[in-house]
Amino acid sequence: MAMTLTEKILARHAGRTSVSPGELILAKVDLALGNDVTSPIAIQAFRSLGVPEVFDRERVALVPDHFAPNKDIRSAEQVKMMREFAREYGIVNYFEVGRMGIEHVLLPDEGLVVPGDLVIGADSHTCTYGALCAFSTGVGSTDLAAAMVSGEVWLKVPDTLRIVLSGRPGKWVEGKDVILHIIGEIGVDGALYQAMEYAGDGIAHLPMAWRFTVSNMAIEAGAKNGIFPFDAATKRYADARAKRRYEVVAADPGARYAGELSVDLAALEPVVAFPHLPGNTKPLSQVGNVPVDQVVVGSCTNGRIEDLRGAAEVLRGRKVHDGVRMIVFPATQEIYLQAMREGLMEVFVTAGAAFSTPTCGPCLGGHMGILAKGERAIATTNRNFVGRMGHPESEVYLANPVVAAASAVLGRIGGPDEL
Amino acid sequence: MNSELRGKAWKYGDDVDTDVIIPARYLNTSDPAELARHCMEDIDASFASKVSNGDIIVAGKNFGCGSSREHAPIAIKASGASAVVARSFARIFYRNAFNMGLPIFEAPEAVDGIEAGDRLAVDMEKGILRNETKGREYRFTPIPPFMQELVAAGGLLNYIAIRKKGT
Repeated sequence: MAMTLTEKILARHAGRTSVSPGELILAKVDLALGNDVTSPIAIQAFRSLGVPEVFDRERVALVPDHFAPNKDIRSAEQVKMMREFAREYGIVNYFEVGRMGIEHVLLPDEGLVVPGDLVIGADSHTCTYGALCAFSTGVGSTDLAAAMVSGEVWLKVPDTLRIVLSGRPGKWVEGKDVILHIIGEIGVDGALYQAMEYAGDGIAHLPMAWRFTVSNMAIEAGAKNGIFPFDAATKRYADARAKRRYEVVAADPGARYAGELSVDLAALEPVVAFPHLPGNTKPLSQVGNVPVDQVVVGSCTNGRIEDLRGAAEVLRGRKVHDGVRMIVFPATQEIYLQAMREGLMEVFVTAGAAFSTPTCGPCLGGHMGILAKGERAIATTNRNFVGRMGHPESEVYLANPVVAAASAVLGRIGGPDEL
Repeated sequence: MNSELRGKAWKYGDDVDTDVIIPARYLNTSDPAELARHCMEDIDASFASKVSNGDIIVAGKNFGCGSSREHAPIAIKASGASAVVARSFARIFYRNAFNMGLPIFEAPEAVDGIEAGDRLAVDMEKGILRNETKGREYRFTPIPPFMQELVAAGGLLNYIAIRKKGT
């Protein structure tokens, strides 16, 4: 039977020749992931089951990134619980502050996720790895605990929504704009329970960094995963990093899709999502006068070196507006070092921006840039829900890194062409 | 097993996300009682102090969208609320709710006919929701027996533990 990319990867991991949408399957997990917010509950659950070891010491990844470096005593206790668990059970992939990064940038960059994998993580943005032609999805702590015990997860095979990208994106349009445009079109539950599978000639114009951004925000459309086909760019990325052998998977011709959406990349302009939903989008030219108090560049969505390069290019020789605090978060230590080597850090600091150690930080209203009542931020992050970055009466606008950087200079939301 | 839930309705709109169900600023703990004190805080500051045991949250589409934090169903359950009825649920929340032993139901027609404060009774086994205040009755697809056992056991882990003992 002809299968979509997602069906094919799920079938392989369930030891089946084929699967169909709606079926419940028990599938093998290549990697199970948790962070400092979700792992403590999973660890307590794991311990309560009284099993002597995790299913595979090399296939569990624990990353303290949300409130780390520890923001308060309680956060420190949560990370301590993870660290002690990792030591006790010999978890190979525990990443300590100083060697860590934001989980969804760190794990693929470390070569711990490879094409064709099935990955679950107790974090909703686990769907990021779809960029690598892997199936990955977010689950809760209890599911993580069960996977740490058995190396398996039960899943319902999702329908697949096919998204055909065509054309070449214009200036200042990036991966963020592609996914915000799609969410704006289909809504925050437009792909509820579905797999989003990308296809079309336009993919060739999306570098890996952009694909990670697009897959990262599949959850913001309610999707289970967002997956790209394997091509030359995927191969280059994976071959340079993969710590395991991988098998290339492709969708079958004639596979059945629940729906199809076409996106002409050439017709897009930068997109901004207004409060309080990622689907509440407007093209940049229709934003109007929206002053901002804070600009955040970073997160699992847009904290890669390419994102920092784009923002730095806009800022070079310019100053952050008097009324604005700008904070830049490289997503991993490797990216931090690269930004230093390329002189990007100097550009940011000279412009008057703060340059932070990797952390999820303000993206989820954790720490390192919380908004006061009535304040407004533009951020390269993934959610703009009520209270997401701080006070319930603060506001978050979502955009790509070059728009965020331009807005930092302008003191209001705007693009690099206005500078 | 007693499959009837009773309580008054707390009504909310579409796309109630996990950040308003339990804001991230409280995620430096996983203590249920403490999470319950901040449940729904950023959408309804009165909820946590006024909710009574058995009350039922009623909402529009895509309830629980956003983060995978299991703290969301933990907070709702620990608040005393007995169930969530919505037009639809975000998928990770759906999974987490059952894993935590919080029953949730998709019942679009019922959602339209319920106002805040209405007295509700839900028969999980038969798939019937009665609005006692308005004298209306709605049917929904009952949750499968496996899920009902899961809820009765208090969540996936207890369910696994009980089954282990039984074998």
